[in-house]
Amino acid sequence: MTTKLLIAGFGGQGVLFIGKFLAYAGLIEDREVCWMPSYGPEVRGGTSNCGVTLSDEPIGSPVVDHPDILIALNLPSLDKFEGAVEKDGSIYIDSSLIERKIEREDVKAFYIPATKLARVTGLSANMIMLGYLLKTSNVMPYELAEKVIEKIVPPTKQHLIAGNLKGIEYGYNYCE
Amino acid sequence: MVVFDRPHALADIPLHYCPGCTHGIIHRLVAEALDELGIEGKTIGVAPVGCSVFAYNYFNCDMVEAAHGRAPAVATGVKRADPDKIVFTYQGDGDLASIGTCETVHAAARNENITIIFVNNGIYGMTGGQMAPTSLPGQVTQTSPYGRDTQTVGYPVKVVEMLSQLDGASYLERVAVNNVKNIKNAKKAIKKAFQNQLEGKGFSLIEVLSACPTYWALEPTKALERLENTVIPYYPLGVYKDRFAKEEE
Amino acid sequence: MANKVIMKGNEALAEAAILAGCRHYFGYPITPQTEVAAYMAKKMPKIGGTFLQAESEIAAINMVIGVASAGKRVMTSSSSPGISLKSEGLSYLAGCDLPALIVNVQRGGPGLGGIQPSQADYFQATRGGGHGDYHMLVFAPSTVQEMVTLTVKGFELADKYRMPSMLLADGTLGQMMEPVILDIGEVKTYEKPWALTGTELKREHNIVNSLFLQPEELEQVNFARYKMYEEIENTEAMYDTYLMDDADICIVAFGIAARVSKNAIDAARAEGIKVGMIRPITLWPFPKKPLLEAADKVNSFISVELSMGQMIEDIELAIRCKKTVALCNRVGGMIPTTEDILNSIRNAAKGGNA
Repeated sequence: MTTKLLIAGFGGQGVLFIGKFLAYAGLIEDREVCWMPSYGPEVRGGTSNCGVTLSDEPIGSPVVDHPDILIALNLPSLDKFEGAVEKDGSIYIDSSLIERKIEREDVKAFYIPATKLARVTGLSANMIMLGYLLKTSNVMPYELAEKVIEKIVPPTKQHLIAGNLKGIEYGYNYCE
Repeated sequence: MVVFDRPHALADIPLHYCPGCTHGIIHRLVAEALDELGIEGKTIGVAPVGCSVFAYNYFNCDMVEAAHGRAPAVATGVKRADPDKIVFTYQGDGDLASIGTCETVHAAARNENITIIFVNNGIYGMTGGQMAPTSLPGQVTQTSPYGRDTQTVGYPVKVVEMLSQLDGASYLERVAVNNVKNIKNAKKAIKKAFQNQLEGKGFSLIEVLSACPTYWALEPTKALERLENTVIPYYPLGVYKDRFAKEEE
Repeated sequence: MANKVIMKGNEALAEAAILAGCRHYFGYPITPQTEVAAYMAKKMPKIGGTFLQAESEIAAINMVIGVASAGKRVMTSSSSPGISLKSEGLSYLAGCDLPALIVNVQRGGPGLGGIQPSQADYFQATRGGGHGDYHMLVFAPSTVQEMVTLTVKGFELADKYRMPSMLLADGTLGQMMEPVILDIGEVKTYEKPWALTGTELKREHNIVNSLFLQPEELEQVNFARYKMYEEIENTEAMYDTYLMDDADICIVAFGIAARVSKNAIDAARAEGIKVGMIRPITLWPFPKKPLLEAADKVNSFISVELSMGQMIEDIELAIRCKKTVALCNRVGGMIPTTEDILNSIRNAAKGGNA
């Protein structure tokens, strides 16, 4: 099985970190993984995105043209990539930053006001979104989250582990 | 008793330089310094592009030929590869002060622990007498046939003065090889520039004012007179920087 | 699984260089390869190596020449415009018979171009880049794992043949992360009696030089070098094949283009089109033999490139124009999509051009 994800938003929203998290999960599960960021001047304060491919087969193109799952953290990203999502795919939307609903009828939509929830709880929006993704998709097992966070957070920033895990947990348990 | 002999570091082959050219003297001074310091066996020289392009044949130490102007960068690589070796470049004015200005300035700024012998004769000899960055105002050359016009091509580059502004450079001196007294001084400066490197004192550059009878279109003796009367007044001799002068006193 | 880690291509190749025994790196910042310099800046001081940010690409390649002439493993990396600046040094490395590894993480050109991935430096790399008759060994990785293995191979073969090696990657391979195994096994090293290590007054002086003013002598030097190149062409060409056994159409693609092609081949096979791929891993020497053999079996070729069609000339030469070669390409930083390539395959299957 192959899952292609595209995570897109503004620079600073933690787009690359969500991608990294999923890539490390794939590594721990000994799956084939490819993580491909957008790069260059446009990532500084502009839009940022990264594609992650998780597969049980060797991965061909690292470029995610047509994601199975799109995580849109801002409106420009939804506008740009909604049409590219595979039929029967999913779109995750931070509904506190994106007011409109999706236009496609052949994909599933998941709305969560991640940024608003983050403001209220003091947790981070990208981790809440990630938790929600783990709950509502089969990208990776939720139980793996702690192991992934421990691997991904550098030794000098170990104090961040608990907060990130809380964010994931909060998103996982979120119901509309 | 042998009172005069060829330095061991200088190869026993005829040099290709023109009659009256002072490169031969400067080669000898460098070779004497290598001999006296006993470092020939661990020295690696970097030859330039210019009249002294064949320097790699003339010194008995290991030698590498650099592209035009790049000798300080090549020397940086050699030195970084093995800091215990003694590394020097031998460069002319076109090589060092025109096409290689960037490499020169930055090697000095890094206080790279190398020795640079900079031979300034104010002309491109190898290509047949064109204007150099150090040609004097009014100097007639093949590419300044009406004399160097400072209004259109600007002024000569004064290398040791310029480098003396850099915190990185350790030892900068300008010498000349027009008479015995000056040659003796030049020898002292060149030897010190190698000694500095042995002691890890960093970047040393000796600018040697040199004569080019062929492309100055002067007899050898007249060329030395021009060096004395015209060139040295424009490029005053002396120590421009010596970071370690005080502690030696 | 043995020690899999996840790394960016740029960082993986830097680590591989260190594992291969390289302790000297000279670079200058340019997107999209700056991570190489950053990685070296972090690592080299801790292992007694040298990281130096040179004042220019020109200075960097000449520092490389200095270390190479001293007989040590050395590398530099850059991206397309920077490689143009280094080209003078590439010619000198070849002319002086010096081994070194040069990494080009290509971006779109010409001129300042863009910063997105490209393969438009194919000619520059495979024809040498600088002036004069010479070649570099050119390696084209298509995975982060190959960024590692080919970096090591690049150092080894450079030393073996006393010539520069180039790792020709692109922005995608430099920036993307994939799991890699860094356990590279034993690294081959070679004696370097020609190196400048100081005579110790015990031997004749060694000279590293590319100047030969006697034309008869320079001619012989070139003849000898090309004799060695011939040997390399016969023994060192590397390639990979995918589903070529029954293929009617042969895609030729390297690096990132080969990865996208693989997806397109799978899609075309699902439609019943018999298509396979020959993926050159060395671009010089170019794997001519398998291509010529394929020319007798397939109906046509498709060259998939991120350039206006550069490798396609080598394919046509290799197959001696026995079959048509269509071009499927995107340029300027664009990457062909699976659909782009699939359409080319469908066209080829119908007997038309891409």
